[in-house]
Amino acid sequence: MKNAVGREIPERIGDYALKPYEGAYAVDPSKEPVHSLRTAAKPAAGGTKLLGTIEEAVRACGLKDGMTISFHHSFREGDEIVGQVLTAIRALGIRGLRFAPSAVVNIKNPSIVDFVKDGTIDRIEASGIRGELGDAVLAGLMEKPVILRTHGSRPRAIEAGELSIDVAFIGASAADSYGNATGQIGPNACGSLGYSFIDATAAGRVVVVTDYLVEYPCCPASISQQYVDYVVKVERIGDPEKIGMGAARLTKNPRDLLIAERAARVMAASRLFKDNFSFQTGAGAISIACTKYLEEQMEERSIKASFALGGMTAAIVEMYKKGLVRVLECSQSFDAVAARAIAEEPGIVEIDNALYANPFTKGAMLDRLNFGVLAALEVDTDFNVNILTGSSGEMMGGLGGGPDVAAGADISIVCLPVIRGRTPSVTKRVFTCCTPGETVACVVTEAGIALNPRHARYAELKEDLERANLKLVTIEELQKLAESLTGVPKPIETTDKVVCVVEYRDGTVIDVIREIKRG
Amino acid sequence: MEIKKPAVAGSLESSDCQITVEPNPGQGISVHLESDVKAMFGDSILETVHTVLKELSVPEAHVELRDRGALDCVIRARLQCAVCRAAETAYDWTKEDA
Amino acid sequence: MAEKTIRLKRTSLYASGVSPVNMVQAVFYNEDMLIYDLEDSVPASEKDAARFLVYQMVKHHRPKDKYVGIRVNGIYSEYLEEDLQAAVRAKPDFLRIPKVEYAREVQDISNRIAAIEEKIGMETGSIDLVVNVESYMGVINAMEIAKASPRIVAMAVSAEDLTASLKAQRTKQGLEVFYARNAVLLACRAAGIDALDVVFSDINDVAGLKEDTALAKNLGFDGKTCIHPRQIDTVNTYFTPSMKEIRYALRVLEAVEEGKRQKKGAVVLDGGMIDKPMELRALTTLAQAEAAGLHVRGEEKLS
Repeated sequence: MKNAVGREIPERIGDYALKPYEGAYAVDPSKEPVHSLRTAAKPAAGGTKLLGTIEEAVRACGLKDGMTISFHHSFREGDEIVGQVLTAIRALGIRGLRFAPSAVVNIKNPSIVDFVKDGTIDRIEASGIRGELGDAVLAGLMEKPVILRTHGSRPRAIEAGELSIDVAFIGASAADSYGNATGQIGPNACGSLGYSFIDATAAGRVVVVTDYLVEYPCCPASISQQYVDYVVKVERIGDPEKIGMGAARLTKNPRDLLIAERAARVMAASRLFKDNFSFQTGAGAISIACTKYLEEQMEERSIKASFALGGMTAAIVEMYKKGLVRVLECSQSFDAVAARAIAEEPGIVEIDNALYANPFTKGAMLDRLNFGVLAALEVDTDFNVNILTGSSGEMMGGLGGGPDVAAGADISIVCLPVIRGRTPSVTKRVFTCCTPGETVACVVTEAGIALNPRHARYAELKEDLERANLKLVTIEELQKLAESLTGVPKPIETTDKVVCVVEYRDGTVIDVIREIKRG
Repeated sequence: MEIKKPAVAGSLESSDCQITVEPNPGQGISVHLESDVKAMFGDSILETVHTVLKELSVPEAHVELRDRGALDCVIRARLQCAVCRAAETAYDWTKEDA
Repeated sequence: MAEKTIRLKRTSLYASGVSPVNMVQAVFYNEDMLIYDLEDSVPASEKDAARFLVYQMVKHHRPKDKYVGIRVNGIYSEYLEEDLQAAVRAKPDFLRIPKVEYAREVQDISNRIAAIEEKIGMETGSIDLVVNVESYMGVINAMEIAKASPRIVAMAVSAEDLTASLKAQRTKQGLEVFYARNAVLLACRAAGIDALDVVFSDINDVAGLKEDTALAKNLGFDGKTCIHPRQIDTVNTYFTPSMKEIRYALRVLEAVEEGKRQKKGAVVLDGGMIDKPMELRALTTLAQAEAAGLHVRGEEKLS
């Protein structure tokens, strides 16, 4: 069957019935009470929940073959918790698990691929499967397709009962022996633990894993003791070098700077750019540069923002310190500066990832966003965006919160170069559709700005940008330009086997990825 | 043009292509391609290589390409340069007037 | 001579002939003049490679909305003949000639270009010239050089080599090249061609760039060479004409129109005669205003 963005998807894969995507705002939530595996309990005896090893905790949780386990990815590529937990599980001979972290980052030694090959894991559900695992999945590693969900969709799926988590392992940079835990202090601070809140409240069993035990009560505490079953102290939760990465340096690439500056000019030209506006810019090279240019525009015109949302960077913290933004709502911290800032500044706060992005609650913060700046691998002439797969058919990224932000923000701005090397990024049809074109207001490239005539704010944005003398082009012109430089690429060949299902934020299927044929 | 000695043109920078041309006595044309975009443009790159060699009347050569996503016209330029260097002659620009 | 279209020259950017990625990207910045370089940015060992690359790039991917040039090697270099063979065949809008000191050098190059134009069936004189003056001798001869060939559309003064030839010290304020800038400017005005100012070398000093560009604009220059893409938007802004300049340009053009209607030979405005260069300058002013997004003739856009 074909869904509303024209993608051919199967009706059923094994026992999974696919609901086709119908439109960005077309589907309503179920009227059922939200789902959770959390049970009532008596207080842990002896004033401690501390266990000696991960193995003990796995056993105490009663983890069995076929169950679902979860993790957060706030330690990014420095994470060593996932590897330690899966190794312990394998040692216990438990098999056939559903692995449902908030995202899979590229962790090596051990790699997730090893645990799939030996049968410890047989299903994966996450926002992205970067690196070695992603490439192996595209090459047909797994029997069952990987389900990819946006940041907003994961808590939605958990509350809808589509993803029930039996045991959540929550890594923390500091915790007490009774389960109060945080990412804000300790030698391996990672900042916000926003992705884990839903796991803490909805999982059947919750294990906190830390390498830094503090006196009771741990303060601040992001994860509350009332949800935690066990605490394990390990030698180390990760590689401090990779977890505590300093502020990203501003890019020197003049092309990226040009795109970033144009995106900031788009925001500044909009009638929504006035006191108390709100924005989200993200963490890529273009995003960080765009944050700096936005700061210049705000200073020049003496405009202050009410809040910035999502993943935080040192660049945004600096704006806060200058008094340019009143509140930073952090669902994630992208660098060490942003990680420490939550504990230090009253207006920089950690928020639940569901509060950030869940489409089926009584209000996510991104519904109040004026501007969202998004990175992309590809965009097509229908303004559909691909943030997962490279044009040669390799797994390059995760869904993250991009599709959520595009749907929530008044004006969503997708930033990308028209070509990368010889790879065209503005195409006739993206290889994988992740964000539907109807939610994309504007595409900013080095070759000009294209507005989406199908977007709700098209007319006002066009008027505002023309008044500011910004160079507008059509998306078709950008596509033709890219093709005139690169030539027409040979399409990627796939088999019929679906290896990934790309869910939209409402749980419908916006696209599937099929196994790539390698020559 | 006769390939007299091995010669290189281009670099391994992004968007460039490093091309080595070597004598290939009695073996005609042989090409080895390594490319970041082989899946998308491998065939097109090989076609360009053969076209340029024909335009330059090179009957025998071994060509190695290490492509970092160079545009077609860059591959052309690098190959023309490598061939002229390997043949130890200057390019006859009147060839472009045809 | 057929009247040429007005080409803005507020900003020039060089793209080095050694770097494919620079050449591809240079197309996307807002510079008015894009110059593919075979000279200073290309080491001796890469002169041949750069020639092939620049030829292919201009032939296949030249931007449509820019004034496109190729900078060849110097008049006495061993590379010039082959540079000209390649560069003319790439059919750019203009060639930029470095280190010019005497009018006869330009005449010689112009003749050599004409020979190639003829051979490849291009109309003789199609390719414009922008000449760079980079030494005291060039400054002294600026007037003759500016008038050396009808191909010349602009003359640029270049400070780095000039300072060395003067035995001067290069400073940020640039007093040591102040005379040279003015001498070149005067020569350009006398010849009715555009005058392009020196680069501002410190790419991190935005305030300094603004000050230097404001000075260039006030002195009368039509544009400035940029050393980095980041300078382009700033420099373009300064070469946006003021309302006073726009009003004056409109009056000049009205007077010319009126003169044509009345079939007058000489047109006078405010007691002075309007010559061809003045008319061209008025058109340029309006084109600059248009490029900056100002609507100078009511709501109607200039084409």
